[in-house]
Amino acid sequence: MMAEVLSLVSAVLILAGCGCCLIGALGMLRFPDFYTRMHAAGITDTMGSGLLLIGLILQPESHWLVIAKLCFILIFIPLTSPTAAHALAKAARKGGLAPLLGPQGSERSRPSPPEQEESNG
Amino acid sequence: MIEFVINVVLLSFLVLLALTIARTKDLLSSVMLCGLYSLVSAVFFVTMDAVDVAFTEAAVGAGISSLLMLAAMMVTSRYEKANSIQPKAALVVVFLTGVLLFYGLIDMPMFGDPNTPVQQQVSSHYIEESMEEIGIPNMVTSVLASYRSYDTFGETVVIFTAGIGVLALLGGRGAGIRKPSSPAASRSAFPDHLILRVISKLLIPPIMLFALYVQFHGDYGPGGGFQAGVIFAAAIALYAMVFGFERARKRFPLPVIRFVSAVGVLLYGSVGMVSILNGHAFLDYHALSANALSGQHLGIFLVELGVGITVTSVMILLFFTFSERAMQSGGQE
Repeated sequence: MMAEVLSLVSAVLILAGCGCCLIGALGMLRFPDFYTRMHAAGITDTMGSGLLLIGLILQPESHWLVIAKLCFILIFIPLTSPTAAHALAKAARKGGLAPLLGPQGSERSRPSPPEQEESNG
Repeated sequence: MIEFVINVVLLSFLVLLALTIARTKDLLSSVMLCGLYSLVSAVFFVTMDAVDVAFTEAAVGAGISSLLMLAAMMVTSRYEKANSIQPKAALVVVFLTGVLLFYGLIDMPMFGDPNTPVQQQVSSHYIEESMEEIGIPNMVTSVLASYRSYDTFGETVVIFTAGIGVLALLGGRGAGIRKPSSPAASRSAFPDHLILRVISKLLIPPIMLFALYVQFHGDYGPGGGFQAGVIFAAAIALYAMVFGFERARKRFPLPVIRFVSAVGVLLYGSVGMVSILNGHAFLDYHALSANALSGQHLGIFLVELGVGITVTSVMILLFFTFSERAMQSGGQE
């Protein structure tokens, strides 16, 4: 009984994590500029990987060593990916990339093609 | 069925990535895409149950080589030159090579065919006897560091030679002459990136600890000297990028690293020499101890340590040399 509940919960979490990754990927493709795309990539990093990892931890046949390793990843990803996103956004601001939306740069930055930043997220 | 679908998806990803890399003129994008290519191929290796190879591919291909490419790119320009290749001649060459490769593919056995020469000769011996002869659970390590330690010695020497080559090209003239506080050096120190500094300070010790785990746990799980060396070097490169090259070079002085990179190869070679001097073949670990299994353990430990030391120091050496040269050329502009 316990194992079935666990595997059901884990399956739901893994599916939800996959859904978050899909949403993030869709956002990366569809969002207009660098900063909004980073926002979409953030969903993949936090919700996507977090839910996937929790789902994998809850798998009933997981060995405790595997669970410990997954817990380490679960601790490190929330530390690294926001930091990377922060550094990326800061570098973009410093490099003079104005956001497309918002008060500062709606006219100014229109002509700049957003294709260059696709690989950065 | 599902495995077939996964393989097809991953392989088509690889083809698409390769085409994109060939098409793009932006070198930064191609470096990033190359990292992605390595990650996808690492996933592909995992689906084929080759976790050691996948680990190496992820650590070397996606990790340190992207970093080294970026460091090398700081020396050159960011964009490819417009007409640097003749498309027609290149197309002919690529087409002919492709035809030859497909011709060669006809003779290859089917994937996973048990009747191939590869499966029938030594590999079944390795698989069946490894636990008794070597006594470590990870068969890949026993092949890499004991049965085939000759080849691994060659690989280590190749890495060492690569380090020497880069030093000979870039590290010679003017490498020791440095202005004490050039603006380029302080620019790379990220004085305003407080978050980056705090998180890096938090993360560098666990990364180094993980590298040591990979190094010494290679007998039992995926890992070994190559991966561990790369991870250790990545931690030091992170330190150098966040806290500035001046500080990193004070902590890890280049002459010491240069010396240490030779020590690793020397350690590997001396294990072989000890075997010879004791009347065994080169790199025959039975010479190291009266007990066969403990001799194997000691030999694998020492050899992996040598690999790890050399890989770490050569990677740091490459990174430092590239970034130093980039700073010098940046300061001249």
